[in-house]
Amino acid sequence: MNDYRGKPKVNNEYTPEEQQFRNEVRQFLKDQLPEDIRRKTLLGMHLEKEECVRWQKILYRQGWAAVNWPQEHGGTGWTATQKNIFETECALAGAPEVIPFGMKMVAPVIFTFGKEEQKQRFLPDILASNVWWCQGYSEPNAGSDLASLKTTAYRDGDHYVVNGTKTWTTLAQYADWIFCLVRTGGPQEKNQTAISFLLIDMHSPGISLSPILTLDGYREVNEVHFDNVRVPAENRIGEEGKGWTYAKVLLTHERTNIARVAHSRCQLQRARQLAEETADGNGTLMENPAFAQKFAEIEIELLALEYTELRTLDAIRTGQAPGPESSILKIKGTELAQSIDELHAEIAACGGLPYVPWQLEDDFDGDRVGTDSAVNSWLRYFNNRKSSIYGGSNEIQKNIICKAVLGL
Amino acid sequence: MDFSFSEEQQLLRDSVTRFIRQDYAFETRQKTVTSSEPFNRDYWKTFAELGWLLVPFSEDDGGLGGSAVDLMVVMEEFGKGMVVEPLLASAILAGGLIAESGSAAQKSDWLTPLMEGNLQLAFAFAEPQRRFDLGNVATTAQPDGEDFLLSGHKTVVLNGGAADTLVVSVCTDVTTPESISLLLVDASAPGLTRTSYKTVDGHNAAEVYFDKVRVPRANLLGAEGKALPAIEKVIDRATVAICAEAVGAMESALEKTVEYSKTRKQFGVPIATFQALQHRMADMFIECQQARSILMMAAMQLDGSDGVAPRAVSAAKSRIGKAARKVGQEAVQIHGGIGVTDELDVAHLFKRLTSIQYLFGSTDYHTQRFIRA
Repeated sequence: MNDYRGKPKVNNEYTPEEQQFRNEVRQFLKDQLPEDIRRKTLLGMHLEKEECVRWQKILYRQGWAAVNWPQEHGGTGWTATQKNIFETECALAGAPEVIPFGMKMVAPVIFTFGKEEQKQRFLPDILASNVWWCQGYSEPNAGSDLASLKTTAYRDGDHYVVNGTKTWTTLAQYADWIFCLVRTGGPQEKNQTAISFLLIDMHSPGISLSPILTLDGYREVNEVHFDNVRVPAENRIGEEGKGWTYAKVLLTHERTNIARVAHSRCQLQRARQLAEETADGNGTLMENPAFAQKFAEIEIELLALEYTELRTLDAIRTGQAPGPESSILKIKGTELAQSIDELHAEIAACGGLPYVPWQLEDDFDGDRVGTDSAVNSWLRYFNNRKSSIYGGSNEIQKNIICKAVLGL
Repeated sequence: MDFSFSEEQQLLRDSVTRFIRQDYAFETRQKTVTSSEPFNRDYWKTFAELGWLLVPFSEDDGGLGGSAVDLMVVMEEFGKGMVVEPLLASAILAGGLIAESGSAAQKSDWLTPLMEGNLQLAFAFAEPQRRFDLGNVATTAQPDGEDFLLSGHKTVVLNGGAADTLVVSVCTDVTTPESISLLLVDASAPGLTRTSYKTVDGHNAAEVYFDKVRVPRANLLGAEGKALPAIEKVIDRATVAICAEAVGAMESALEKTVEYSKTRKQFGVPIATFQALQHRMADMFIECQQARSILMMAAMQLDGSDGVAPRAVSAAKSRIGKAARKVGQEAVQIHGGIGVTDELDVAHLFKRLTSIQYLFGSTDYHTQRFIRA
């Protein structure tokens, strides 16, 4: 007879070390998270540049800025469980999410594909949040078909000369640097050999911005125009023409970050509080069976997603790069966040109609309308329709699953 | 936290996978299903020889540890092969109750022969007047000297036709209907009649009628009137087991659907080239992954010690029920006409996935239980 006896391995219990780590994170958040930032984050408001940077510098001083970097570059070297504990505690405490463009997007490309000088030049400032990065991928005519991008970079001595327009560039108005996909090959050349990855100083002559207001009235994104912008060739990451390969690695990282499980959990917890305080018929909204059922289904989906994320992180820890499975995190993570935003909008109901975003600011001293959470809930619901579109639309993610996983 | 399986669990999985691949082809399974036998008794012997009947039980009871994760490993592979031999009914349910509540003597009388492959058991708990409420028991056991006299009707008793002994939930005191007891009842006892049948998914079950069946008090399993917590605990374990079975069945349905779509041609091209179908298969894949995630959550929670298992189990059953419905229906739809024929294995996966949706509480029932927990 076979003997399968052995120590059970698969388990979800925290070790004493993990429990101690969680206490350490909680204490840190209690001591160090500024109250003004916490308030705005819990309300789901947009933060100013100063507020984002202030918080990220606090994380940096603690040594906790770069959760996903290797230790040699200043990363935390945490396990999947530690990352999960950290993200969860941060979200529940009301800490803002780290602005991803530097820390989570360009940095992995630099430390994976960059030259030693490039690592030394760029990584320390990203780690310390001394510079603000933005992303130059999409173009007015290159959305889901990103590889059809037309921004050109022709070589002129030891420089590239860049011409074209990037769009949907989040918070470019704050940015010191932009990482760009540009066409160094001819228009007929294959994407695999025609696209390069350039780091461009946003203060270079020839760069101009046109703001784009999102449907909640916020200047979240911009068009970035390049008019004969001279970029030193030493700012190219990796080989000329290989940018598409590097970009795909970045996109996989981006998708993994997009799941935002901890953020969703915090927002769902807040929705429960609000629904328990909201009158409905003779009871509260939370006691309304139709609402409770909807709420429970979202809560259950979140549990499943949390474990999908943990499984993915665990696979990364054991040496596998985030693969096409990260597309699941993108699809389900954004669908779930959107459904939670919709729950908040439903809780607010017509309390979300007044358009008075200025009353949410710290220095507002006029007459208030309704409650801050209700006033902001519809804006957030509108704004977050973007999430199933950006980072490769959810339909593109399904194409990726079909091709890379199912072999269709 | 740890998501990697131990070497022993890998070996266990390999052993079940090998059996399904070598001995449990769809055609072989269908021979069993359409025969007059409730299941293949030779295979049951094989299960005993390979040690699988020990998996649900603790080392103290002579088993291999009995963790929910171990059970998950076996049941997932069973799901892929649509195994009809009654590991669930005999060992996980009825055996589980004896392990949970039985005395040392009862364990040696019933668990030992079960693990050796020489005894068939069933848990008779469902009744026609109730849906999923475990506390609603109309079958009575009137004290009569040193015995009980059992009367009532148990419906859709899994493995009920093949069982040598039944574990029966009864009410011994009609004045307090929530006081439920468990009795071990010999299936050949006078006054006990059975109508055996096959179920739509190829398993066997029976209607069991008790007419003043005499059962000695010594056959009481656990304390009189206090059986409900044990029943809930064992049903929770069984629920995770069928959730695992569903995950295996869904992955098999997806794999077969993807393969079929690559070979089936319409309009001169494989139907796999149509985006309308591609995205639906991607959705099936996502459902499978979310189902697997929440299954692992529930199994880990059941093996853990912080006492929140019912909530985790209901979350898993609710989510997996939803996934099972979608993946099953889509697998049939994408196969087209052949998908609604008896000759296709996918149609049978769909049927098993449908029963799992309702066994031990429907998707809606478990969503409600999750809310209450």
